Parts: sequence; C-alpha cells; structure tokens
Amino acid sequence: MSKEQKILIVDDSEMNRAILADILGGEYEIIEAENGVEGVANIQKYGVEISLVLLDVVMPQMDGFGVLEMMHQHRWIEDIPVIMISSESGSAFVERAYEMGVSDFISRPFDALVVHRRVVNTILLYAKQKRLISMVAEQIYEKEQQSSLMIDILSHIVEFRNGESGLHVRHVHMLTELLLNRLVQMTDRYPLTHQDIALISTASALHDIGKISIDEAILNKPGRLTDAEFKIMKSHSRIGAEMLKGLADYQGEPLVRTAYEICRWHHERYDGRGYPDGLKGDEIPISAQIVAIADVYDALTSERVYKSAYSHETAIRMILNGECGAFNPLVLDCLTEVSPHIQEEMLREAPMRANEQEMSNLTREMMQSEDLAISARTLQLLEREREKYTFFAAMSQEIQFEYNISPPMLTLSPWGAERLGMSELIMDPANDPQVMKLLGRKVWEEVVELLHHAAPEDPVIQYDLKLRIGGDLRWHRVVARAMWSPDEPREYQGAIGKAIDIHDSRLRLEDLERAATHDAMTGLLNHASARKLIVDRLDGEKHNYALVIFDLDHFKDANDTYGHMFGDEVLKLMADKLRQSVRGTDIAARVGGDEFLLFIRYLDDATPIITRIFGALIGQYEEFTISVSMGVSTTQSVSRDYDDLFRAADQALYAVKRSGRGQFRFYDESMSQMLSVISPIDREEDSADTQPETATTDNKE
Amino acid sequence: MTLQECYAAMGGSYDDAIARLRSEKLVQKFVLKFLNDGSYDLLCRSIEAQDYGEAFRAAHTIKGVCQNLSFNKLADSSARLTETLRDGWNESAGALVEEVKADYLVTAEAIRAFAGE
Repeated sequence: MSKEQKILIVDDSEMNRAILADILGGEYEIIEAENGVEGVANIQKYGVEISLVLLDVVMPQMDGFGVLEMMHQHRWIEDIPVIMISSESGSAFVERAYEMGVSDFISRPFDALVVHRRVVNTILLYAKQKRLISMVAEQIYEKEQQSSLMIDILSHIVEFRNGESGLHVRHVHMLTELLLNRLVQMTDRYPLTHQDIALISTASALHDIGKISIDEAILNKPGRLTDAEFKIMKSHSRIGAEMLKGLADYQGEPLVRTAYEICRWHHERYDGRGYPDGLKGDEIPISAQIVAIADVYDALTSERVYKSAYSHETAIRMILNGECGAFNPLVLDCLTEVSPHIQEEMLREAPMRANEQEMSNLTREMMQSEDLAISARTLQLLEREREKYTFFAAMSQEIQFEYNISPPMLTLSPWGAERLGMSELIMDPANDPQVMKLLGRKVWEEVVELLHHAAPEDPVIQYDLKLRIGGDLRWHRVVARAMWSPDEPREYQGAIGKAIDIHDSRLRLEDLERAATHDAMTGLLNHASARKLIVDRLDGEKHNYALVIFDLDHFKDANDTYGHMFGDEVLKLMADKLRQSVRGTDIAARVGGDEFLLFIRYLDDATPIITRIFGALIGQYEEFTISVSMGVSTTQSVSRDYDDLFRAADQALYAVKRSGRGQFRFYDESMSQMLSVISPIDREEDSADTQPETATTDNKE
Repeated sequence: MTLQECYAAMGGSYDDAIARLRSEKLVQKFVLKFLNDGSYDLLCRSIEAQDYGEAFRAAHTIKGVCQNLSFNKLADSSARLTETLRDGWNESAGALVEEVKADYLVTAEAIRAFAGE
C-alpha cells in the first residue's frame, strides 16, 4: 500500500487522534483536524486526495454531523468515504450516521485491529467502485455518442434528398419529446420511462429513411402527385421498416425496434384510415402515434416545394379539426396543452436543450433507482456541469460566492478569491478578520440583513459597495439570491451571488452627470440645473432668498482686444471669485456668455451680503478692469416664483446698465415696464459665447 | 510499579487494553500520554465557569479516551457525568463531578507512580 494515500482524522481529543494515527500511520499519511470546521477546511483543501475520513461526533464549533452535511452540500461524500467513530452508540444515532452517508460506524472502545481492517476495506472498496463507475460510464457515453452521430448523418442524407431544411428532423425530435413528456404527466395509459422517451425521440429521426429509395422526381415534385406517384411515395414507410428489419444482427436493440415501429406506422391514423397496414387505435404503437403528429405539424408549418408554410395557429387548428387524418384524442389533448410552448422550444439552441433536458431527466430517474450505469452517466454529466461552471466562473471575471448560515461559511470562486487575496473557504465569516477588513462590519451586516429579509418570491438583492482590490478601493455591485430550504416551512439557508466591478462605469456615470449639470469651462452649474435646484428650494422652506444676475462690463471689448483665450481666463477667474464668496448652501451658475446667476438665502436684509459679494467680484485682471453690473430681486419684494424672480432681477440689471453700469440695484416697481437684458425664454437658446450686451441694449443707452 | 500494577491501582483492566490495542508498547505510550491530555483541566475550568456545553464535551472526551485505554473506573464515572450533562446542569451533577475528580486523581497518581520507575 502506498503511503501517498491520505487519511483525515477529525477528533477534538489529541489522545484519540494520536491513538488512531498510531494504528494507521504506518501505511497512510495522516492529516489531523481538531474540530469540524478544520476538518471541512482540510477536505476543501485536499479534495479527493483524501482516501478516507475518520470522524468523531461530539466536537466544538462543528460536530461530526455538521461535517457530513457539508460533505453532502459539496458532494464530497460521493467521492470520499467516511467512517464515524464515537462512544455514542444509541441506535438512532448510528442510523442517522448511516442515513447521512457514512460507510461505517465504529463505536468506542474500539479494537485496533478492527479499525485497521475496516479502514483498509473501505478504501479498497471505494477505489474499486470508482474504477467500475468510470469504466461503465465511458462505455455508455461512447456508445451513445456514436449512435447519435450515425443517426444524425443518416437523417441528414434523407433530408438532403427531400430538399427539406435540415431542421425537420430536429423539430420532429423536439416535438416528440415535448409531447411524450406531457403525455406521461396526463395519463398512465402508456407506461413510458424517461429512457423510453429519450429512445423514441432519438429514433424519431429515422422516420423517413425509406424515402431514400423514392425517385427524386416524385419526392421533389412541385405539383400534386398522381395516384400512381402517391402510391410510390406511400411505400416509403414500409421500405424504411424493411431496411431496419434487414439489420439482422441488431434486432434485439431497443433503438432498432423503436425505429422500426416509427418508420412503418408513422402514417397510420387512429381511425384505421392510414397506411401501410391500416392499424386502428392503440394497435398503432404510441411511438408512431406521437411521431406522426409531430411530423404532420412540422410539415404544415414548413415550406415545401408543393406548398407554403402555414402559421402555428393554422397548423394546430387543421390537426385538431381532423384535416390531416384522425389522431388519438389523448394525443390531441397533449398537442393542445403543449401548443403555447412549441414555437419557443423550436427557437432554442438544439444542442443545449438536449443536454439540459437529458440532465434533468436522468437526475430524476436516478432518484428513483440506484442503477449503477445511470448513476455513472449522471455523475459524468454532473462532473461536466461542474467543469463548465468552473470554466465560466473563471472566464466571467466576477467574484462569485456562496454563503451558508449554518454552519456559517463563505465560499469564493477561485478567481474571486485570488482577486480579493483571500482564501476560497472562510468559516464563520462574521468573525473573520479578512472579511471584516474587506467590507467592514456595517456593510457586512447590512447585506446579511437584506438577504435575510428577502422574500422567497423575490429573493434577489442588489447592493453597491467598495472592495479593496490590490491597493485600491473599487466600486462593486453585489447581486445575490437568498436561498431557502426546498420544503415547508421554508428556512433561510444562505445565498449565492456575485460581485461585479462597476468602478469604471460608475465613474463614467458620475462624469456624465456632472457634464450634464455643469458648465464645462467654469465648473459652475449650468442654467437648467440651477433653475431646477432653485425651484426646489423655493418650494421648500419659507426662507428669504435673493436672486442675483450679473454680467461683466465691457467684456466684449476684452474679448476683442485681448482675444478669446484671455476672455475665457477672465470668466474662470470670475467663477473662482464666486465660489470663494458664496456659502456652500448658495447656488452659483453661469447662465451663458459672461452672465452669472446667484441664489442666496438671507435673514432680513439682503443688502449687506450683496454688497460684500459685489465688492469681492470687482478688481483687476492684468490690464483688464473687472467691473460688474448686477440686478437683484428678492422673494420679499417680488414673489416665490422662479420666472418672476428672474425677470425682476433681469429688469434691475437693465436699469443698472441704463444708469451707467458698475453697480448693483434691487428691483423695484419703477422698473416693471423696463425692457430686459435677457429674457428667461430667450436665454435658453443662447449659445455660450453670445454676449448678452447685444447691439440693441448698447444702442439704447 | 509495573503497567499491570498501575492498571490495578486505578481500577482499570490491563488485559482488555492489550487485547484492544494489540501491543504493550502502544498501551504504555498512551497511558503515559494520558497525564498530558487537557480534557480534565478543561472539564474543571468549564464547570467553574458554568459553561456546561463545554463541560459536556470535555467529559465526553475523557470517557472516550478512558474507554479505549480501559481505565474502567474513570470511564464509568465520566460516562455517567456525560449523560447527566447532556441536558445541562442538574443537582446530581455536582456529586458526579466530585466522583470524576476523585477517580481522576487516583488514576493520575497510579500513572505517576508507574512513570516514576
């Protein structure tokens, strides 16, 4: 015996581990774990390298049954045998252990020789069974692969000759399967297993092989067949059956027998008026009855040289009305019931569908029988599913996780674990320093809380958080689905989910939001977003507010004299000055050209604030003297309507311009008839570099 | 003191132990190791701290080890304590704890005497 085989001893007593290690250590490599949690971590780490687990029952943190449960959840129990050792010897106890899949139960005090013998036997038995399973699985798989390949080739030859689309065989297969699955749910008149259904569906591909011997001129004749031609055409069912009968060596094969039934009788009708034998009712095998209706449906809904395609609805109606001959009423009921799903099924990717279907059927059947061959096949399919999952998980660049509440444990996908620099399996994550460092307790608790309170009908939650990747904090979106026990009362068990890196898109979104609400040159708000904010404030608390509009005097001259670059510098300087002289709660915006807007809250009198701001704005920039004209309206003197306030401030500004610029004025009644510098409506259409000091206003002065 | 005498002094069964573990060497090794096992300390500490779940597990471990080494007297009293503590503390547990302590001291003394030679 090679010493490469590992035995994991899970026991909280060092003495007990030492005794067992002494008994077995000569032949096996011993791994020791002092509680269930450590045991699980070791199984996770070594996987099937562990040949056997010796498991104690009563242990701190996680007991032996907890370990068994984990081994079930992760399907380790299928590959790694467990021998339980305990001084607990109640029969309920032992029974529970066996139910949970232990290979053997040894009670204390144990005999060293017995322990040794049982360990050796169990390991040998498992190894043998594993080899056997893989041998059988390989054979079955190979055989199935080959036969379905041959069937595919054969049926394509037939289709090719018929000038059919190549989809006919696939459609008939799919529909046959759909109808049969429905049929066994509706009635037990036809005792078909999932394997029978798979067999009939596979054999359905051969229904028209007899057509290989029909003259192409007849097969592909666009018009109506003459009686003589139709007679030849009809012979295809008998010929197909005879071809199969000729396979002398394979008469025992279920596939050949089923294909024979289908070939020969898929043109029989329930009332006995079909061909070639005029069989009636259930004299026609159910396989042929089902393929017949599937064949008719697909022929109706497909284009052929002699006809165009009917719609799904028309085809169903024609079949139900008996326009294509009589069918078994039960089969017609079946057709009616599956009718809404047919089109969607046909559109699906055929190979995927077959796989999924096969998987779920086989799994179900496996639950009913412990047939070694099927279980091996199922295991292989499951293994492939697992490989697929691992592959896609690695490709997806997502941090995928699984969270269990009892025992508390967090499992990360390998890619996710590497990305986060954490281990794949984290026991008791709520008290794990790694997890707390990554998320912080608050976030952890919020997410756990959300999951816990998700309803079974609406189990998916979403949560954005920052995760530390390498040295950087990056935004991630966690999408997770809470999981419940399958049976009533449904118990919350944990969750599965993933964290997707949304950092870049989130930053882009923030940029876009900023770009939409802010003026690109000065970084101040733009007019539209300032308006929105101001309207909100006016609608809110009843404070006093002043709305200020001002522009730069002789800015056009500055532009003309020093150039637009210089003008832009001046505008940026103004924006900076504004930012410095208003409070955080005030609103400052560039509403166009050299025109700015301010919205300020004040207590009783706005004059001191306005005076201060006005003073801060004026000054010198290189050779250009900055002077502003400013109009002010207040909620006290005008109203709490944005447009009223804006118009009033605008008129006040106009009054300033008329009286020689370089000052500010509050709106009063005397200005109400004045023209405006700008109107809120015109303003919207102004482009950024249009100067508000238009020719008209200048001329008016 | 021989190993047989040591077993006799603590109320254990040397013959059973040898039958089970198949080698005098192995039995001797674990008998000597018994004094280093922390379960007894753990039992005393958790009783003091009134952590009866932990006390149950400690008693359970003592029982398992003693059964395997055929320290029958201590195995018996610790088994009874285990069953009592399974459902938490009750009046009879106090007396059982004392019994286990007494048996442990006798066992430990016997082993020490044996180890001393």
